[in-house]
Amino acid sequence: MGTPKRDPKAQRPQLGALYAAAAALVGTAAKAGVLPDDRVDLLYHSYSGGGVTINGTSLLARKKIGDHLSLVGNWYTDSVSGASIDVVTQASPYKEKRNQESLGVDLLLGKTTYSVGYINGSEPDFRSRTAYASVSEDMFGDLTTLTFGASRGWDKVGERGAPTFKADADRRNWSVGLTQVLTRNLLTGLNFETTESEGYLQNPYRQVRYSSNDPRGYSYEKEAYPHTRTGNALSGHAKYYLRWRAALDGSYRYYRDTWGIVAHTAELGYTLPAFHHWIFDAHARYYRQNQADFYADLFPYAGSQNFMARDRELAAFKELGLGFGASWEWRPRRHGFLQKGTVNLRYDNLRFKYDDFRDLRVQAPVGSEPLYTLKANVLQFYLSAWF
Amino acid sequence: MPRLRTVLLIAPLLGGLLAGCSPIEPWVKPYEREHLADPIMAFERDPVSGAYFEHVHESREGARGATGTVGGGCGCN
Repeated sequence: MGTPKRDPKAQRPQLGALYAAAAALVGTAAKAGVLPDDRVDLLYHSYSGGGVTINGTSLLARKKIGDHLSLVGNWYTDSVSGASIDVVTQASPYKEKRNQESLGVDLLLGKTTYSVGYINGSEPDFRSRTAYASVSEDMFGDLTTLTFGASRGWDKVGERGAPTFKADADRRNWSVGLTQVLTRNLLTGLNFETTESEGYLQNPYRQVRYSSNDPRGYSYEKEAYPHTRTGNALSGHAKYYLRWRAALDGSYRYYRDTWGIVAHTAELGYTLPAFHHWIFDAHARYYRQNQADFYADLFPYAGSQNFMARDRELAAFKELGLGFGASWEWRPRRHGFLQKGTVNLRYDNLRFKYDDFRDLRVQAPVGSEPLYTLKANVLQFYLSAWF
Repeated sequence: MPRLRTVLLIAPLLGGLLAGCSPIEPWVKPYEREHLADPIMAFERDPVSGAYFEHVHESREGARGATGTVGGGCGCN
């Protein structure tokens, strides 16, 4: 059995998600028919849960040039440390820094906004590049906004301790979004997105366990994933303005992919301005998924299947998130360069309950270890300024 | 009688098509969009926070995409 030196949970899937989220950040922030405001945001973020701590910062700046052009740039960094359950049971604790830079351009012509951008991400053993483009059009008296988007990504996967190992993975996304004003108080949206991945999609460090004659009753071998994956997601969301100046929002998303994962996400939120300068938020999110076709907590013997995974991300689980946010707004008395600023704090508590991922830190007969649960705290503190 | 039935069937279809050619009147007038233009009605008020939180979820879940960041805007400004 090899001895991986890295936390398998902190590898590829996180980065793929990071870049997808960044594409959303810089790629679709523009509304059709009007360019986004000039603003700067500086975020400090902290995730702590399951023995892992991830801290970092994100700086986002957006500036209009003339009446038709807007530039946006983002610099994101985080640092991972600690020992997750994967590290405790399979690997060695470690520290790692990750960086990402992105640049985007929005061009407004009439009622149409064209957006393009590029994202570059790097880690010691991973490199990712993503290019994206989208077009948004306001229609029907500006009550409807239709957006088409596409992105293409190229990943290079390496492995620490194996300098000759290099693998590629390609990503392609297509999306269509519709935002519709239904009444003077109700805004709704519908989104559909297809994601395609091809190449080396597994984690070079993560392993599956199988029953063996080892004194523990099991041994490890490397995961084996299919080389292609296609997923489709459809979501609907709505936001309603309440007569005492508050907003209620809800959303639902259905996801299905060729690895056999079916997932449901439901969210509910409430936003309430108060005391002249404050805005408070409360939100709840429920998520559940079934497991991938080739996932198992314990395989019967070595090489028992062509494809094998024991990744928590591909396991069946339920997740509940509860969060609160507070934002304090400040406006200068004299109207000058700075229009307004906000100081923001957001806290979220996440709870994961896995249906078939066992906690191997507990000594028990093989296959009857307790099911793993995870609690995490997510803190965001950020400053925003509008110019 | 068959001719009358045909006319009765086709007329509404033709009417619908002709109505489709006329411009659609916005049923929420620009001066009625004050509530929609309120910052609390933005689907994503702070993109830097929204993108980070999307990352937190996607890195731990199998599902991804269609999170509502595409599109946006109500033409209220």
